[in-house]
Amino acid sequence: MPDLLIELFSEEIPARMQARAAEDLKKRMTDALVEAGLTYGGAAGFATPRRLALAVEGVLATSPTTREERKGPRVDAPEKAIEGFLRGAGVTRDQLEVRDEKKGQVYYATITRPGRPAAEIVAQELEKVIRNFPWPKSMRWGAGSLRWVRPLHSILCILTDDVGEATVVELEIDGIRAGNITQGHRFMGEGAFAVSSFDDYRAKLRRDHVVLEAQERADHIWQDAGNQAFAAGLELVEDAGLLAEVSGLVEWPVVLMGQIGEDFLGLPGEVLQTSMREHQKFFSVKNPKTGRIERFVTVANVETADHGATILAGNQKVLSARLSDAKFFWENDLRLVRDKGLAGMAEGLSEVTFHNKLGSQAARISRIEALSRDLAPALGADAEIVGLAAKVAKADLQSEMVYEFPELQGLMGRYYAEAEGLAPEVAAAAQEHYSPLGPSDAVPTGVVSVTVALADKLDTLTGFWAIDEKPTGSKDPFALRRAGLGVIRIILSNDLRLSLSQFLDLQLLRQKITLNRRKATTGEIDTLEEVLDEIADHGVFGAAFEAVMARLKADDKAPEAGDGTVLDGVEKSLPELSADLLAFLHDRLKVHLRDDGIRHDVIDACLVMPRADDLTLLVKRAQALGAFLGSEDGENLLQGFKRANNILTQAEEKDGVEYSYGADAKFAETDEEKAIFAALDAAEPEITRALEAEDFAGAMAVMAGLRPAVDAFFEAVQINADNQVLRRNRLNLLSRIRATCLQVADLTRIEG
Amino acid sequence: MAQTNGKPRSFQEIILRLQTYWAGQGCAMMQPYDMEVGAGTFHPATTLRSLGSKPWAAAYVQPSRRPTDGRYGENPNRLQHYYQYQVLIKPSPPDLQDLYLGSLKAIGIDMDLHDIRFVEDDWESPTLGAWGLGWEVWCDGMEVSQFTYFQQVGGHDCAPVSGELTYGLERLAMYVLGVDHVMDMPYNDPDASIPLSYGDVFRQTEQEYSRWNFDIANTEVLLRHFEEAEAECEAILSHPYDDPKTGQRIVMVHPAYDQCIKASHLFNLLDARGVISVTERQAYIGRVRALAKKCADAFVQTEAGGYAA
Repeated sequence: MPDLLIELFSEEIPARMQARAAEDLKKRMTDALVEAGLTYGGAAGFATPRRLALAVEGVLATSPTTREERKGPRVDAPEKAIEGFLRGAGVTRDQLEVRDEKKGQVYYATITRPGRPAAEIVAQELEKVIRNFPWPKSMRWGAGSLRWVRPLHSILCILTDDVGEATVVELEIDGIRAGNITQGHRFMGEGAFAVSSFDDYRAKLRRDHVVLEAQERADHIWQDAGNQAFAAGLELVEDAGLLAEVSGLVEWPVVLMGQIGEDFLGLPGEVLQTSMREHQKFFSVKNPKTGRIERFVTVANVETADHGATILAGNQKVLSARLSDAKFFWENDLRLVRDKGLAGMAEGLSEVTFHNKLGSQAARISRIEALSRDLAPALGADAEIVGLAAKVAKADLQSEMVYEFPELQGLMGRYYAEAEGLAPEVAAAAQEHYSPLGPSDAVPTGVVSVTVALADKLDTLTGFWAIDEKPTGSKDPFALRRAGLGVIRIILSNDLRLSLSQFLDLQLLRQKITLNRRKATTGEIDTLEEVLDEIADHGVFGAAFEAVMARLKADDKAPEAGDGTVLDGVEKSLPELSADLLAFLHDRLKVHLRDDGIRHDVIDACLVMPRADDLTLLVKRAQALGAFLGSEDGENLLQGFKRANNILTQAEEKDGVEYSYGADAKFAETDEEKAIFAALDAAEPEITRALEAEDFAGAMAVMAGLRPAVDAFFEAVQINADNQVLRRNRLNLLSRIRATCLQVADLTRIEG
Repeated sequence: MAQTNGKPRSFQEIILRLQTYWAGQGCAMMQPYDMEVGAGTFHPATTLRSLGSKPWAAAYVQPSRRPTDGRYGENPNRLQHYYQYQVLIKPSPPDLQDLYLGSLKAIGIDMDLHDIRFVEDDWESPTLGAWGLGWEVWCDGMEVSQFTYFQQVGGHDCAPVSGELTYGLERLAMYVLGVDHVMDMPYNDPDASIPLSYGDVFRQTEQEYSRWNFDIANTEVLLRHFEEAEAECEAILSHPYDDPKTGQRIVMVHPAYDQCIKASHLFNLLDARGVISVTERQAYIGRVRALAKKCADAFVQTEAGGYAA
């Protein structure tokens, strides 16, 4: 069976696209071959800067012949119908077969699709693959209309048979004729050459200084760079992303290690590393004794007569120019911080827009600062310290260094805060308040960082909620889901106890004040600011708003309402926004807990309980419930509850009333009935005590202990007694059992 | 005189060799456009000629101004006034990469000693409503040119596609000549009877313009000129194509485009004066782009833009 070799030779393919493109070529081409009936043994895709290649082993030489039988019209059908059938089936009348069927004689056609040679199929399918290739970005060139990632120069496409004889697949796309010719390295190759098989192709490429496999290029770079660093008593700083990128920039990797000028060794290591990686695609080499970055490794694409001396000298020169810039920024920033402090650096942020509706970065920072102060008591932080930390945490956005290297935001803030002599926890918060960024990113633990990080994320969420820019479907341009998960992880991993609703209300109100500042009257803004001060006392916005309005009315100081819409609008919209945002956080929490193995129905049963805005409590409850349901006691609790609930629900539906008047023990007839009153009387205070101590497992154990009494009660007593007084009392008793069991979670939501 | 082989010895020799090389490849040697522009791309020989179906090949030096990059002549690599060498060929020839490498050889870069790389860098000009795909070309880790296949200009698809090469002349020359500070670079032949360095020619102007750009330029006047240029550009294009006086069809694209260039440079000056906020910035860029698009729309209605009556 023949082997297929394809190479698409072009101008330089962006490094970041190569691996995916090799995989796409393999998948699309082999899928198409199989679809056309050409099975194969194995396939491998390859990419270098100038070529995509695909080797397919053991392809069928021809696709199998297929036969299909098709039923046609009756023999006495109109001539037109028969002709139509012949056309559709592609057969002539003498090829038709007549068969007797119940309804008369019917024509049958047998359509034979003869197998086609592999070359024909490959030509047809390769053209489709090339024309529809899923490049992230593609282009046209010259006067042609073909699209490729960069101009496509040649196509090599051969089938090699068992004796090693190669045949070129006939194919032409936009003037490019497939052949058996390719070329090696741009500068070290010997020009065009013909190939007869994949092995021949790979060997000749290597002879002409092209390593076909990206992994082999990466391995070579990593090993050689590591060896050179080791020989100098240093070690290479790992950077998998850079390694993959650099492997896609060279066909023949040549590793060169160079010096970083003395002048620059005093820059923070992260600055050296970032500058070298981003601008020059250099690896960093550090001194293991001092941890300092002292050298770099660059990967060239050619071997030169002077063993890379010119290349290295050039690279060193470029690096010096780059680092001179970095040093200039670093020194300017430090000077500014020493003269005016980070607060001085932050000044210009009032000119920088955060979002056109949500105001400047400075406005955003002052909101975060206010919320940090609000959060401080609940989190056990010092309000002054977290206020300061929040105020300076984003000052580095105005630094020259972060302007040049946005990825150093936070880290530079930490360095500059240290340079200013601010408290270590304030400096740490500048760096850590962005965390956690991803689901596996570390969560801050210091109380100052925790407070500012939480305030930062809550401000982002409330801001975009206030302007109705919530995430929808796959669209989440402001990374709000990530911010939501950040809030959840910060709270849970630090075991924080706080009523989120209160802080959502506070910050939503601040957002509303920002949004309405132009439209509202001074009186309205003053009123809303008064409400801000009241929220802590009243717990939530609604009560605080009413209290302030009532007080103002009593003092005859109700604000001039402008057109009356601002106060009204805020009053109406804010509670809804707050509830919606909490529901969003609950949704994110469900996703997060599902990964921890907590069932969604268990969470749903807990979400409807009071204080569900205290996420730590919520999770504690859900964990206890989840664990309890898995135990024998849990099964008892659930079954006892369900039995009581089913009967009660049916009766309530039938009678159209809710039996919640309270059962009276004096109507208890049987011992079993009396026993259950006694059991409930004993259990209820225990449950209350356990719940007050947030001992959900303890409370549920007490509830489960009611099962024998409940079971005995059902055995002995007929609920739907003829005596209506007894019946009502028994239903009210069931209601008491139900209410007791619902104190930990809404068990009606538990499945199974 | 420019030598044709060996290492060049001065800034101007590098320019002369590029001129000779690209003239030899059949490009029309254009002269710099006589207006202040931010980059060689703004020259109508590139922006407008990349539109429409007519073949084109041109090369030229373009003095370019980036007011925000002024450093009073002190920074070794940064200038508010510098030179770009620009080549535009439409349709892009299949061997454009080889032609480009030939130009590097012509200015004395020996491929056997240097590491030349094509690193992905997609080009976009928000003010011109233009974009293309290509690379920055690295020589030993230094960006020496921008290499772009134009896909769209002024909102129009480019068909055929132009290949554009842009060389940052000072940086390239400093590297070839082995100079560390741009002001130390020999401008003419160092053995000439009056040898001049780049600093002799430009240090004073860098100082003067840096001061003016950053602190003195009258922002009210600049703002007014911006508005005027914008209005004039639109007014010019609003005239009917048929000229009542001569009775000919005369679409006044180039006069209108001059106003677009003016608006763009005025915007750069205002930016350097720090009077444009981040939010306003996008709006200004959008206004210049709107002018560029109108000019492009009009250009394809002219003979040079492929219009056939």
